[in-house]
Amino acid sequence: MRDSCSRELTCLARSDPRIIILSGDIGNHMFDGFKAEFPDRFYNCGVAEANMISVAAGLALSGYRPFVYTFAAFDLTRCYEQVRIDVCFQNLPVVIIGLGGGLTYAPLGPTHYICEDISILRCLPNMTIVCPADQAEVMASLRSSLDHHGPMYIRINKKNEPCIYTGEPDFSLGRAQLIQDGNDVCIITTGVLLSEVIRAARILEERNISACVVHFHTIKPVDEIMLREVFSRFSVVVSVEEHTLPGGLGGMIAEWMIDNRIKSSDLIRIGTGDYFLTHCLSQKEARDHFGISADLIAGKIADGLNK
Amino acid sequence: MKNNINLQSLHSMACQMRGEIIEIAHNSDAMHIGSCLSSLDIILTLYHSVLSFKPEEPEWKDRDRFILSKGHASLALYVVLASRGFFPKELLHTFNRTDSFLTEHPVRGNVHGIEASTGSLGHGPGIGLGMALAAKISGNKYRSFVLMSDGECNEGTVWEAVLLAPVQKLGNLIFIVDNNGWQATGRCDDIMHLNPLADKFKTFGWNSFEVDGHNFEELLNIFHSIPVDSEKPTAIIAHTVKGKGVSFMEGDNNWHYRIPTADDVTRAKAELGLE
Repeated sequence: MRDSCSRELTCLARSDPRIIILSGDIGNHMFDGFKAEFPDRFYNCGVAEANMISVAAGLALSGYRPFVYTFAAFDLTRCYEQVRIDVCFQNLPVVIIGLGGGLTYAPLGPTHYICEDISILRCLPNMTIVCPADQAEVMASLRSSLDHHGPMYIRINKKNEPCIYTGEPDFSLGRAQLIQDGNDVCIITTGVLLSEVIRAARILEERNISACVVHFHTIKPVDEIMLREVFSRFSVVVSVEEHTLPGGLGGMIAEWMIDNRIKSSDLIRIGTGDYFLTHCLSQKEARDHFGISADLIAGKIADGLNK
Repeated sequence: MKNNINLQSLHSMACQMRGEIIEIAHNSDAMHIGSCLSSLDIILTLYHSVLSFKPEEPEWKDRDRFILSKGHASLALYVVLASRGFFPKELLHTFNRTDSFLTEHPVRGNVHGIEASTGSLGHGPGIGLGMALAAKISGNKYRSFVLMSDGECNEGTVWEAVLLAPVQKLGNLIFIVDNNGWQATGRCDDIMHLNPLADKFKTFGWNSFEVDGHNFEELLNIFHSIPVDSEKPTAIIAHTVKGKGVSFMEGDNNWHYRIPTADDVTRAKAELGLE
């Protein structure tokens, strides 16, 4: 995802002179191609993320389209006030690319991995939140951001994610994607965990459970039409996310259910635990630890269906 | 739009505006009078003799940008903007009233002339830096002025911007510190080790000047002598008096939050020669 992000921004910058990249002193060599072509449109703002967000706001106020790039754990929490006031309050077209949102950097510990990013951004007015599932969706979301007139957060993984889409994804901001249909349960997920969910659906199929899979690449604004359709068809809906349960995808769906008086379906939420990891784990091991890898997701769903 | 104005005119406008600020603050129960009075002469000088702008075309792309990073002094900015025709003077009397667009902390888009929404301290430096960087990238000649308070320099983000600007060679970026010596609850020097502020900027690679922030001749001289072709950003430490112009407000930090009574207004206006 990281490399496709850099390649796509380089490609887009050729035809859109408004694109500026700000980096918080990460991505060594990752943007070499961009820098070689556009030396006056890449700025390393140093290890000073709060100021970087304000600088992005100043650029956006001057007609540019800044893309802010650093670890998701650094470009949101340390500078939350700058995101809230300078970017969201002023409703500016600043794109914050959150590298490693989720458990990507679990091996580096809670200072570097973040499973709270969606919750803390969901409550900010004007913010759009996008979690692409693979490289093709990263590129599609970057392209879409240029026609979007407000702040956007794009949560990306580092590398080696499975490709979900064989061709160009039918990507439209705010519109969820039906990945596969099914009859017994609907699994809603977001971001790179989609590959695990697709595998979980296959495991369920072997147990004669037919699972529908829907990808909400855009968490905010939410695709309410898709939610209505899902809840009108399924008596059990499962949300699966590489994110803490409070305030994430499942939390959003639970709020929507209450607001829309949905009482005919059950919602099962699967996500990371409400605690920090304090021991060494790879991303895969951390997913196992939190029960969000394919076989564990399948097991929880089967248990939830009493099958 | 630059306007060659004489010192006497600036002085009389300043007296008149101080009276307006105090009266409006009384009528609208607004705080931060001390900060408005320490900043006023700087803002007045900028808008009447230094900045390029077109009130009839507020989004003119070549306009100089001015950001009031110490957003709590918004009333001083509103009074000056109204004097330059950004919006009708009658609107000033709606300040801080129900449904008014003239809020205690300025909101971009509410009235013409507000370049950025401010109020939380330490945000203006980075935004102003971004605007200066945009001018450099696009080849525009405008400059970016940021007025901040000395207390605001407690914020780490101020120094993040100070560290970044010289590396990007932003000679079109000017920080002005309204150095009135006070912050919300006490003397700046008793709370954080700010001084020597001018030396700090110099050490960080900035042009650095000190000026009497209430002396129009000095302000005009310094603003008009900012190096045009310098690759260094410029810091101007303007030594000011909190509550300047009214004897019973000067140096009394209670006027950070105190709201003037009708009697205070009468006394202040008499001192300013307005009654």
